[in-house]
Amino acid sequence: MGQQLRSEEMTLCQLFLQSEAAYACVAELGELGLVQFRDLNSATNAFQRKFVNEVRRCDEMERKLRFLEREVRKDNLPIVSFGDNPEAPQPREMIDLEATFEKLENELNEVNTNAEALKKTFLELTELKHILKQTQQFFDEVGMGPWSTSNPRGSKKYQVGAIHYHSGSERAWDDDGILQMADGGPTHDEHATLLGEDARGQPQNAAGAAALKLGFVAGVILRERLPSFERLLWRVCHGNVFLRQCDIDVALEDPVSGDLVSKSVFIIFFQGDQLKAKVKKICESFRATLYPCPDTPTERREMSVGVLTRIEDLNTVLRQTQDHRHRVLAAANKNIQNWVVRVRKIKAIYHTLNLFNLDVTQKCLIAECWCAVNDIDRIHYALRRGTEKSGSSVPCILNRMDTKETPPTYNRTNKFTAAFQTMVDAYGVASYREINPTPFTVITFPFLFAVMFGDCGHGLIMFLFALWMVLKEQGIMAQKSKDEIWNTFFGGRYIILLMGGFSIYTGLIYNDCFSKSLNIFGSAWSIKKSDLSNDSSMLLPSKNFDGTPYAFGVDPIWQLATNKIPFSNSYKMKVSVILGVMQMTFGVMLSFYNHRFFQNRLNIICEFIPQMIFLMSIFGYLVLCILGKWMTYYENPSCAPSLLLMLINMVMFSYPASDGTCITESFYTGQQFFQVILVLIAMACIPWILLAKPLILRKLWLAQNGQYGTLNTVQVQQKDETQIIYNEDGTIAQQPAMQETVVNNAGHDFGHGITLDNFDFGEIFINQAIHTIEYCLGSVSHTASYLRLWALSLAHAQLSEVLWNMVLRVGLNQDGAMGGIVLFLMFGFWAGLTVMVLLLMEGLSAFLHALRLHWVEFQSKFYHGEGYLFAPFSFESILHNAELEDSA
Amino acid sequence: MVSAVIPFLFFTVFWGIIGFVVPILIPRSDNRALIQTLVMLTAACCYLFWLCVWLSQLNPLIGPILSKDVIWMITEYW
Repeated sequence: MGQQLRSEEMTLCQLFLQSEAAYACVAELGELGLVQFRDLNSATNAFQRKFVNEVRRCDEMERKLRFLEREVRKDNLPIVSFGDNPEAPQPREMIDLEATFEKLENELNEVNTNAEALKKTFLELTELKHILKQTQQFFDEVGMGPWSTSNPRGSKKYQVGAIHYHSGSERAWDDDGILQMADGGPTHDEHATLLGEDARGQPQNAAGAAALKLGFVAGVILRERLPSFERLLWRVCHGNVFLRQCDIDVALEDPVSGDLVSKSVFIIFFQGDQLKAKVKKICESFRATLYPCPDTPTERREMSVGVLTRIEDLNTVLRQTQDHRHRVLAAANKNIQNWVVRVRKIKAIYHTLNLFNLDVTQKCLIAECWCAVNDIDRIHYALRRGTEKSGSSVPCILNRMDTKETPPTYNRTNKFTAAFQTMVDAYGVASYREINPTPFTVITFPFLFAVMFGDCGHGLIMFLFALWMVLKEQGIMAQKSKDEIWNTFFGGRYIILLMGGFSIYTGLIYNDCFSKSLNIFGSAWSIKKSDLSNDSSMLLPSKNFDGTPYAFGVDPIWQLATNKIPFSNSYKMKVSVILGVMQMTFGVMLSFYNHRFFQNRLNIICEFIPQMIFLMSIFGYLVLCILGKWMTYYENPSCAPSLLLMLINMVMFSYPASDGTCITESFYTGQQFFQVILVLIAMACIPWILLAKPLILRKLWLAQNGQYGTLNTVQVQQKDETQIIYNEDGTIAQQPAMQETVVNNAGHDFGHGITLDNFDFGEIFINQAIHTIEYCLGSVSHTASYLRLWALSLAHAQLSEVLWNMVLRVGLNQDGAMGGIVLFLMFGFWAGLTVMVLLLMEGLSAFLHALRLHWVEFQSKFYHGEGYLFAPFSFESILHNAELEDSA
Repeated sequence: MVSAVIPFLFFTVFWGIIGFVVPILIPRSDNRALIQTLVMLTAACCYLFWLCVWLSQLNPLIGPILSKDVIWMITEYW
């Protein structure tokens, strides 16, 4: 069992870094990604550490970069990433970076404030422009006499207003018109007067204008606020004001939020100062902007010309500001990704430096780290590079340390095994230097999956899909998709590739291709025309069978047979048991290699051997019987022994006398004797597993402790009561003379890899009992559990057959041109269902079952999974995680 | 019965070569042990699976039940 199948041998190292070289060294180690630093200041909180200021500065830089990125995104510039990996900058470069970011941020802030102010002015001017236009139009309309619906701005209100004005002296009202006016409804008289008055500027209207002096305000309000605004105005002013509104047909940009909002122009006429104050207050409360609007048309015209020129000017300025901003951002955009990487690296380095201890002399930093023994040379080399870069003359020192702590588990993976390793780690990280099941899982997992998924058509689709992902790997990885489901598939592309490949193989063996069989070698069953005589009968093995089974896989004739399921059930069930027993045996074998590696002879004798015997004597025997039955020729097939009954009878010790049914007859001579022996051996294994180990341990412990008698007993008595009982009934030999020599028996090794520091018989015995029950019951239930291989493969085969018969067959049965169309549609439906149901859903379920078989049935035989993962300090993983966080 | 042995020999030798000869030929590299494990396990799994299906059909206990149409089609086309 090669070293490659275990996790790396790890060692704890102490690092002495010169304070001026520490930064460069850590940077090099970060690029290397092979050491895991331990926190030597876990007692101090984050704010009391040495480099907290630097970390804070990095945070500040990150904030600025995020701001920049946001601004870039606002301008719809594409974020360019060259995928380059700049080295961590020197500490002194940090100041330059900071200055650059500061300058950029200030510049952008300034530009933004300017732009905002300009936009605000622009908005005001635009609104004013609209007001002038609308009021002018209104005043014009009032003066022009007959109103017509052809009026471009002609809302109903204008028309109504016109009618009122013209019919003012006659007081002939159009009730409908007034109702349309406003819901608050002013009295008719006032309305007429108002209208007469507000047109007083027009020379034609001099006659009706004399009596009242009316004031007006004009402004702009959000369109959705208008109805309530209007209502409130009427209510507050008791209808003594006249409001006129008109929508601005272009949406205006809000300078603060940048959203487009639709607004309306309004103009309110009123009489007297009191009303004016009220109106203004209401306007204020509704956030309506009021604009000065000159009384006379000439002034208005002048003003609107002025406004237009100012808008022109403003537009030019605004455009220039935008251009400037765009240029600044475009320039920054080229570097942003690079900067982000550099700042993150600096931050990671300072975070790491915070884990270090300061030497008494303040001249060097002391770090502790875990690293693989095989990597020490590379680490040395990286440290030397770091020292050279920083220009320090004193080299860094790396010392290996001895420790009692359990080192982290570090399994080297490549892109092929990584996904499988993740799968194994998901159950539990292997204990340090325990056999790593991943290399076996790489094959057995897709294989067991394929046993359940066996269909070469479906396997081929799956295989091609995975092959495409594997071949386009570089391109797909560069795209950095954020779709979680897609990433899951892509991450498992090698698993899917193997699953597909094995499914093709098992599909060929099952002779299933989209539920149809391939007849490559010619069926082993021959049929003559004479067989046609009897209606639907069984072909007889003695008569129609050639004697040579179909060379590769299931005979295609079974696909056409009506009794296909009884045949495949019997076959698949037995295969499941065989595969299951094989895999479990393999698992127990691996436990042997584990025990041997840890030099635990006791476990080999007291656990591995009886476990193996137990498994073999019952389930190994069953497998042999299955193979034997397959290889035996029965003249009368109904007399073939039932293995199930045989197994039950074997465990029950019941061997009924021949009762006429030949099915329970013995399989071979001496069967009864052999089976009884096997069951007895298996039974004997149970107390062997249960008792041997605790008792031997107890004896060893006694042998060590008994001789130093009472002192030890007294000590133990003070510690633990269970130990006293055990000590008192066990110790005889007391040699007071040796009392002084042994006060402390901690950490004593018996040469079996067993340390008996705190020996607690009760605990060990209970553990062993649980272990025994788990194993013995487990081998029964786990064997049964492997029957899921049969169940799922049956379900898959049946489902795909049903799909073919119910869907595609309908299309195939049609004739003529119509048949072509129906087949076309039906094929689409069938293909869609095949992918969705058979590949995705069935694939997922087979995947989960295969996963369970590995996690529970296989790994429980040898795998402890009590380790913790090696998490090296590596820029690559830090940057990767940060990117994931960003995208989340 | 002699012809029955041919596929058995063929597949045994075939997977035997993959399982025992190919691992020896794998070039030295960091991943040699891994690749060897994978190849041998593949051969073991595939051979076992083939062997099971072959053995199970060696001495059939039941024959296929076919309908008249199918028998007729088989005699015509196979």
